Amino acid sequence: MANPIDPMAEIKASFFVECEELLEALQDGLQTLYEGAEDSETINVVFRAVHSIKGGAGAFGLEALVRFAHRFETALDEIRAGRMVPDQNGLKLFFQCADHLSDLVRASRESTPLPSDDTARLLSALDELLGDTAPEGQDDEEEIDFQPAMLSLDLDLGADEVLNETNIVQIPRYLIQFSPIAELFASGNEPFHMLRALDEMGTARVTCHLDRLPRLSEMSAEQAYLYWTIELQTQVDVAEIAAAFEFVEGLCSLSIEKLDTPDEIAALPNNTNTPIPTLPQPSGSDQISKEITPVLADEDEPQTIKSAPAQVSLVSENRPEPTKSAAAAAVSVVRVDLDRIERLVNLVGELVINQAMLSQSLEQSGLSPHSDAMNGLEEFQRLTRDIQDSVMMIRAQPVKSLFQRMSRIIRESSALLGKDVRLHTEGEGTEVDKTVIERLADPLTHMIRNAVDHGLESTANRVAAGKPEQGLVKLTAAHRSGRVIIEVSDDGGGINRPKVMQIAIEKGLIPAETALSDSEIDNLLFLPGFSTASVVSDLSGRGVGMDVVRTAIQALGGRITISSTPGAGTTFSISLPLTLAVLDGMVVQVANETLVLPLNVVIETLTLSSKDVEMVRPGTHVVRVRSGFVPLFDLGKELGYRPAVTDFEGSVVLLIAHDDESSAALIIDSIQDQRQVVIKGLDDSFYRAPGIAAATILGDGQIALILDPSDIITNATATRSPGLGTSLSGLSA
Amino acid sequence: MTLEILAVDDSRTMRDMIRLALIPAGFTVHTADDGIHGIEVLNELDPDAIITDINMPRMDGFGFIDAVRTQDKHRATPILVLTTEAAPELKARARTAGATGWIVKPFDPAKLIKALQLVAG
Repeated sequence: MANPIDPMAEIKASFFVECEELLEALQDGLQTLYEGAEDSETINVVFRAVHSIKGGAGAFGLEALVRFAHRFETALDEIRAGRMVPDQNGLKLFFQCADHLSDLVRASRESTPLPSDDTARLLSALDELLGDTAPEGQDDEEEIDFQPAMLSLDLDLGADEVLNETNIVQIPRYLIQFSPIAELFASGNEPFHMLRALDEMGTARVTCHLDRLPRLSEMSAEQAYLYWTIELQTQVDVAEIAAAFEFVEGLCSLSIEKLDTPDEIAALPNNTNTPIPTLPQPSGSDQISKEITPVLADEDEPQTIKSAPAQVSLVSENRPEPTKSAAAAAVSVVRVDLDRIERLVNLVGELVINQAMLSQSLEQSGLSPHSDAMNGLEEFQRLTRDIQDSVMMIRAQPVKSLFQRMSRIIRESSALLGKDVRLHTEGEGTEVDKTVIERLADPLTHMIRNAVDHGLESTANRVAAGKPEQGLVKLTAAHRSGRVIIEVSDDGGGINRPKVMQIAIEKGLIPAETALSDSEIDNLLFLPGFSTASVVSDLSGRGVGMDVVRTAIQALGGRITISSTPGAGTTFSISLPLTLAVLDGMVVQVANETLVLPLNVVIETLTLSSKDVEMVRPGTHVVRVRSGFVPLFDLGKELGYRPAVTDFEGSVVLLIAHDDESSAALIIDSIQDQRQVVIKGLDDSFYRAPGIAAATILGDGQIALILDPSDIITNATATRSPGLGTSLSGLSA
Repeated sequence: MTLEILAVDDSRTMRDMIRLALIPAGFTVHTADDGIHGIEVLNELDPDAIITDINMPRMDGFGFIDAVRTQDKHRATPILVLTTEAAPELKARARTAGATGWIVKPFDPAKLIKALQLVAG
């Protein structure tokens, strides 16, 4: 990251953060345009985003980025100016350009090689799109005022002059005649500053002429009466002298004349006190004044333009906020290094542990529940919880950026496969822990590609099935019972179950004669080795099995489920914890071990009666819960703590919910507590043990394992009926 | 003499760079995110000079200059326009709107300071 002692690096880092925001605004704007909106502010937002990226990139000398952004901007300017109305294909090109711009930004940020092939292709596509409407065309590239900068912090303004190699003895002299017109003052310019700037270039002798001053009674405050003659002895060149008058070109008559004969120089001091009676005409024809030809040659032009700014301000004052608030709102934001937040999160975790320990020791000290200490403790607990929630909120981010990346994946993969695909997103504002968002990108990318590639049928098949040509991929996010649910669904043909069976049998994943339910067949997709292509390590690459996706989701404490309707489509549903740091847990005792289960998977707790338990086959039991049967597992046995319980009378069981809405019952010894626990990840040096998610430190300082009950049940089921995922989970009476 | 500057630009990067260029040189720098924000700041402040971007949301640079010039106390406040384009017509337009001068982005801090000294001393 940025070196803290290098402010330039810090600004650069901040520039790249800004780029991300601008790219997001660009995507949003293009999407709005693509959906048919045509308000000028959206076009402005899109233009400004590219423009600002170009501006910043120029400051850091990111040449490739500047060049591409410039051409992109030129094209967008054509639309902004109303000279071109882009069709859908034009907008698709802009999307590609936006994607490429994003690539260039990333390449610049990471100093990786630039994706140059695309640059040329996209630029020529842009040229083609603009056709003859482009005002400048080819010479664009030369026009970029490219000037890699430059923040040298030791600003030595005098350095140039000192380094000039002119002989000190022969310092050139110039005669400058300067006569402002009234408009010069109206523009906020002030001759005093210019004269002082001249003085700083060398030695200046300034004569102010008063002969045009009228009598006081005739004087108008809006008029210019004074003019000046300056003799300047300096080593700077004419261009630099002229630069002092750069802003007043057209607002004065000016001549700069080099006095090069020694005689003249010698003679000058005698002349200085004599006012120069006549001024050169504005069109003074000496060679130097040519270099500073007034920019405003045409006096009429400014008049016509004059009204434009007034309109602009009027419009912007009356315009309601754009509905898609693509315009950057002036939200007050503080940027904080993620490391600092991590530190805060860890500290709050410690605080939670500490508070739990304090609670425990106060409770054990036998204080009355109504004592001040206990009341204070209650308040302390509440505050701790509030602090914790607030800190977690800092880390939460909307999934929008993630979803935007997916819209790019859709565009790319649909173009590659020649399918017409639309992405529909919902719940972009749903907030998820930043770490979760980052680690979700790869699995989601893969799922989206799968949806486009395998989920959706070819256009011909869609038409044959009476569906619209354009395929739909839906990406939604929502909060549900303390978790985040992200779903990827398509309106394709659904999972081809006979084919899945066939592949699974061919690959030896299941015995040939197995009878499986639909849901079980669908879940075969998650089996390692199911993927038809050879497995590569890069998750976002092609040919990676869904098992890798599932592993990545599980590593986040999440679960993934699948559902499919033949002919109507497939939905993958990911369920994730809101945060990776804290968990509402149920503390239980099993075979003298203290364990924690996530509270949100526990539907209810029961005390067993022997008559409710049925044996399906030796070692496999189910328990009657109201009208249905639920598979029964002994947690102590599954974790290898003890042999299976045989007498079920009076056992405590937890009813555990699966994501697919089936449930299972776990036998434990006793429930101890219900509390928030801080998740402490297990070090990589531990092998991943099935069913163990993480660890925590309890109030008494004891370390307890946090379990993943779904994983335990899945594993237990797998050992009982080999080759099969959750054969019992769907069982009901 | 310490000059008080108001820099109006919607790009944080640019605002940071202006600050970085000017603060070490002894300037006091205030910033605003766009034209409307700039006008709000000007109700509170009386800077020696203003630097403004052109392309900004809500109120662009031209509108901003126009609005500044209608206020009596800022009629003669020097305004420098920051522009990525060196196009003469942009300068002309800025001039017509009432700008005092211009700076072409990416700017050289020394040039920015010189330009400020040229208009505000």
